[in-house]
Amino acid sequence: MSDKPKVAVHKFASCDGCQLAFLNAGEALLSLAQQVELVHFAEAGPMNPEARVDIAFVEGSICTAHDEERIQAIRRNSQYLITIGACATAGGLQALRNLADGQQWLAEVYASPEYIDSLATSTPISHHVKVDHELWGCPVNGRQVMGAIRSLLHGAVPVVEQDKVCLECKRQLNVCVMVTKGEPCMGPVTRTGCGAICPSLGRDCYACYGPAENSNTEALGEAFRQLDVLPATIGRRFHFINSGVEPFTAAGQRWKRDE
Amino acid sequence: MGEKDAYLLRERLPLLLEAVQAEGYECIGPQWQNEAIVYDILNQVEQLPHGVQVNQYPGEYCGEIHEGNVRCFAWANGPQALKPFLFAPRETLWRVHRDNDGRLQFESATPEAPKRAIFGVRACDLAALALQDRHFLESDFPDPAYAARRENLLLIAVNCSHPASTCFCASTGDGPVAQAGYDLVLDELDDGFMIQAGTEEGQAIMARLNLIPVTDGHREAIEIQQEKAHEQLRQVPGKQLRDALFANLDHERWDDVAGRCLSCGNCTSVCPTCFCHSEEELAPLDGGSSEHIRQWDSCFTAGHSYIHGLTIRQQTRERYRQWLTHKFGSWHDQYGRSGCVGCGRCIAWCPVGIDVTEELQAICGSDDA
Ligand code: SF4
Ligand code: SF4
Ligand code: SF4
Ligand code: SF4
Repeated sequence: MSDKPKVAVHKFASCDGCQLAFLNAGEALLSLAQQVELVHFAEAGPMNPEARVDIAFVEGSICTAHDEERIQAIRRNSQYLITIGACATAGGLQALRNLADGQQWLAEVYASPEYIDSLATSTPISHHVKVDHELWGCPVNGRQVMGAIRSLLHGAVPVVEQDKVCLECKRQLNVCVMVTKGEPCMGPVTRTGCGAICPSLGRDCYACYGPAENSNTEALGEAFRQLDVLPATIGRRFHFINSGVEPFTAAGQRWKRDE
Repeated sequence: MGEKDAYLLRERLPLLLEAVQAEGYECIGPQWQNEAIVYDILNQVEQLPHGVQVNQYPGEYCGEIHEGNVRCFAWANGPQALKPFLFAPRETLWRVHRDNDGRLQFESATPEAPKRAIFGVRACDLAALALQDRHFLESDFPDPAYAARRENLLLIAVNCSHPASTCFCASTGDGPVAQAGYDLVLDELDDGFMIQAGTEEGQAIMARLNLIPVTDGHREAIEIQQEKAHEQLRQVPGKQLRDALFANLDHERWDDVAGRCLSCGNCTSVCPTCFCHSEEELAPLDGGSSEHIRQWDSCFTAGHSYIHGLTIRQQTRERYRQWLTHKFGSWHDQYGRSGCVGCGRCIAWCPVGIDVTEELQAICGSDDA
């Protein structure tokens, strides 16, 4: 047995993309393997889902009764629990079903919906157990994941990134696509962390990092309307990736209603 | 106009660039990129934004390219002034590592500061630079990174011929004609440029150009152009608004603007005088070293007023009030004047088009001002 801190990476309803933040980390991954013991990480090999760990990363949202049981066990076995990505942190794209009749969707999509045993909702991990730290993004990146581990390894509380994408966009000296091209950019209400990738490539932010602190979704929606964006389109922008979290849930519903 | 002025015919503009390059300067100049006037490396005068005119409105920046229009400086400004060249958006201040005996060793990160010449600098940019100099240099602890870059800067100003609808430098007294702080200053006409030096280095460069005397016709055209540039749509309700602002801290307009404001910080990021920053550590996993980073911050973030577990300015109302009361209020106590040079960037680059001059008028215009 090694006395290195133990780390587990668990998965719920998700696309697996956030786990790539570990697998694509390159050199940092080698360094990570020296610093910690990866006891459970199905996508990378090690399998021991019931192990007691110092840090548990959780990807994915809670969508089934079995998920509900599993997350309780993971919480009991983990000293520090970190959600990674929009699914685990906000319910994910699949949280759209919270706003619709999920059973009806199932009936429309599957030939034998009776074989599908899922909850009516897709909910973030924090609705079920205490979460110690949340990493937003669809997907999260290596900088975020390694940053959180680094802080914990050295006894520091990981930094909460909560500013708007615009701050970083301006640091990158991007030209604002909303002001020059009238694009409905979500940067002014979206949490930083991605490095303002989309505006750096000349396109509008679509809010994959969820809401920033103190976000004025009302005023941004009104500004989009001034840019002649249709109400339903505005609603979909707020509900695209993070429909399961306020203030995006309410903002999206408001504009969809106004249609 | 000064007696040592002269005229550079348009076809001889490359000589100016070559003369500056010959002095070993990396040349930076305005260019039309991504739908805006931005500063980038200038290797030849063809890269300048020929025929570009820009319409600026609250929350809107819209350029037009006029084929056949020979002018390269017929626009007011772009999203950034000189600030990013001196106060870097993000940079390493120092590095620390643990040596073999386990002791921490600190080393300062010496910034790269090439000799840099910037073409097309505006009067408001120069006034803003003077304010940033006050902040970063004129203190007991001058900022070494800023100082190194400032030291090596050559500034070639161009007097504004086409202020935008968002400009109000005439009312703050900072433009549209450059008053000080440049090495060379140009006034652009169709057939060329009147050129004047502000420093010995500027004079030396002028001496190497193939110049002709300024004609009376040129002088008259420039006078008319400058006069017209003073006719601006917007203005501040006064140069000293500190007392009026602090007398109105409970004005209902603060709530009104907070309803419209996104608290996104774009205004402070484009403002050429804002200097706030945050700091963070960047360390590898093994904990053997760390880099201490400084990056632009804004009074519109939660971190800006975070003290001992408490964010003092939680809401946009307080954050917007901080922006205006600092820029137009307590700046007077800090630096003896308002922190606004009237460039209008915060108006054009605000995604929802909030106009500081309108807010100031609403808050200070009524009673005390
Ligand atoms: S492009 Fe988007 S993220 Fe960037 S400053 Fe404009 S609104 Fe903000
Ligand atoms: S407050 Fe606005 S107009 Fe004044 S200097 Fe700053 S960005 Fe320019
Ligand atoms: S407090 Fe606000 S207005 Fe003042 S310098 Fe900082 S960012 Fe600019
Ligand atoms: S005034 Fe405009 S640019 Fe400034 S924080 Fe508010 S919305 Fe953003």
